[in-house]
Amino acid sequence: MNMGNDKLLVKDKDVVVPGEVLAQGMNYLPGQGTYRYNDKIIANRLGLLTIEGKVLKTMPLAGRYLPKKNDIIIGRVIDILISGWKLDINSAYPAVLPLKDATFGYIAKGADLTKYFELDDYVVVKITNVTSQNLVDVTCKGQGLHKLKGGRIIKVNTHKVPRIIGKKGSMVSLIKKATGCKIIVGQNGTTWISGEPEMEVVTVNAIKMIEEQAHKSGLTDKVKSYLEKATGKKIEVRIKE
Amino acid sequence: MESRYNKRLDGRGFEETRPIIARAGVINKADGSAMFRIGRTTAYAAVYGPRELHPKHLQDPKKGVLRCNYNMMPFSAEERVRPGPSRRSREISMVTEKALLPVVNLEDYPNAVVDVFIELIETDAGSRCAGICAASIALADAGIIMKDMVAAVSTGVIDHRIVIDLDGEEEHLADLDVADIPIAMIPSTEEITLLQMDGKASKEELFRAIEMVKPVLKRIAEVQRKALKEKYKG
Repeated sequence: MNMGNDKLLVKDKDVVVPGEVLAQGMNYLPGQGTYRYNDKIIANRLGLLTIEGKVLKTMPLAGRYLPKKNDIIIGRVIDILISGWKLDINSAYPAVLPLKDATFGYIAKGADLTKYFELDDYVVVKITNVTSQNLVDVTCKGQGLHKLKGGRIIKVNTHKVPRIIGKKGSMVSLIKKATGCKIIVGQNGTTWISGEPEMEVVTVNAIKMIEEQAHKSGLTDKVKSYLEKATGKKIEVRIKE
Repeated sequence: MESRYNKRLDGRGFEETRPIIARAGVINKADGSAMFRIGRTTAYAAVYGPRELHPKHLQDPKKGVLRCNYNMMPFSAEERVRPGPSRRSREISMVTEKALLPVVNLEDYPNAVVDVFIELIETDAGSRCAGICAASIALADAGIIMKDMVAAVSTGVIDHRIVIDLDGEEEHLADLDVADIPIAMIPSTEEITLLQMDGKASKEELFRAIEMVKPVLKRIAEVQRKALKEKYKG
């Protein structure tokens, strides 16, 4: 191979699309979301490019949630089975919450399961297992895992969740502080907000704003000034290092 | 061989397509969507999924299933199109699916389905090709893993002259022999994923047509990619 002709054809943080040639030559390596074709590296999904040394990979911008073990998500009860509940988790596959993982208490055989979770209830759960065929098991036993009461549910793009949460939860705590709302962001994009009605609306708008501008920089400042305007209060941000 | 078709009816060059407009993300409810307009043929495509596939016997435990649906709106053509599936629309749905299948990778989604709905609101020849172009943008917009886009355009042979992107008028020329050859291709590998022919053309003419359409399809693929990038700009 001609090592002299290695060429990078894109920049870091570019939006790349399927079939786009990212680099030429054997000096670069294909990572997630890319593949090698002869001496070229080509993107195979819509995403944001990140260059790590010689490795080119893309972060997805669209698509359904892919269940991952230990993720904390919010699901909606869509069916009640003999042995548990079926949850819609905003993915291609439903999740199953088995009886033994639903509560710390004992559920007698033949008990009325709607007493614990009713259809259309929203539940914060943790994924315990994902099989090769994408059968998803979840649990409701653990810290912060519970049924949701009151508040409102909004759905956001699952790939923007890291941005909404921010570095070490900085973004979400900024919103919490400004609005006084309780917020739970599931990794699958389902988000629960509870607080004063006006503040809930402000929160929803702030989250939508982050979702729309997730691929841009300087977002924290924009969100901060929006929140200050909407709530009419100054927010003091302590930057923890 | 001498051709009697020396000037196109609308004054285009022989290798020139009609004006193309492409946009991604036009339908909010869908997981991915696109609009593709070539001349007076407009296709909208919406992608839903991957999601659970019902009825269950259609599920494939090894990989996800791609399901395409081509539909012409009742008002899309000169004469009213009867709503609902027809022999023609089922055939086009099937060839569209086969044209797109070689690029999509659904191995991560066993037992699931990706649904593609293609709606034609305005047709003036080349509707299946417009549908494939729109569907391919919509699939990418939905975040499906695909090794490349699929670009398609209809090619024609009018009295031994090879012509790119026939319009309705050319397709219905009465006094000359017209062959309509819709072609879809994966630009990076130049694999042909759709090739149909309606009308008479010689073997040599068909081969020449395929060679001539390749650069055109690569240009169309660029338009498709630009549409996707446009969605995330500014």
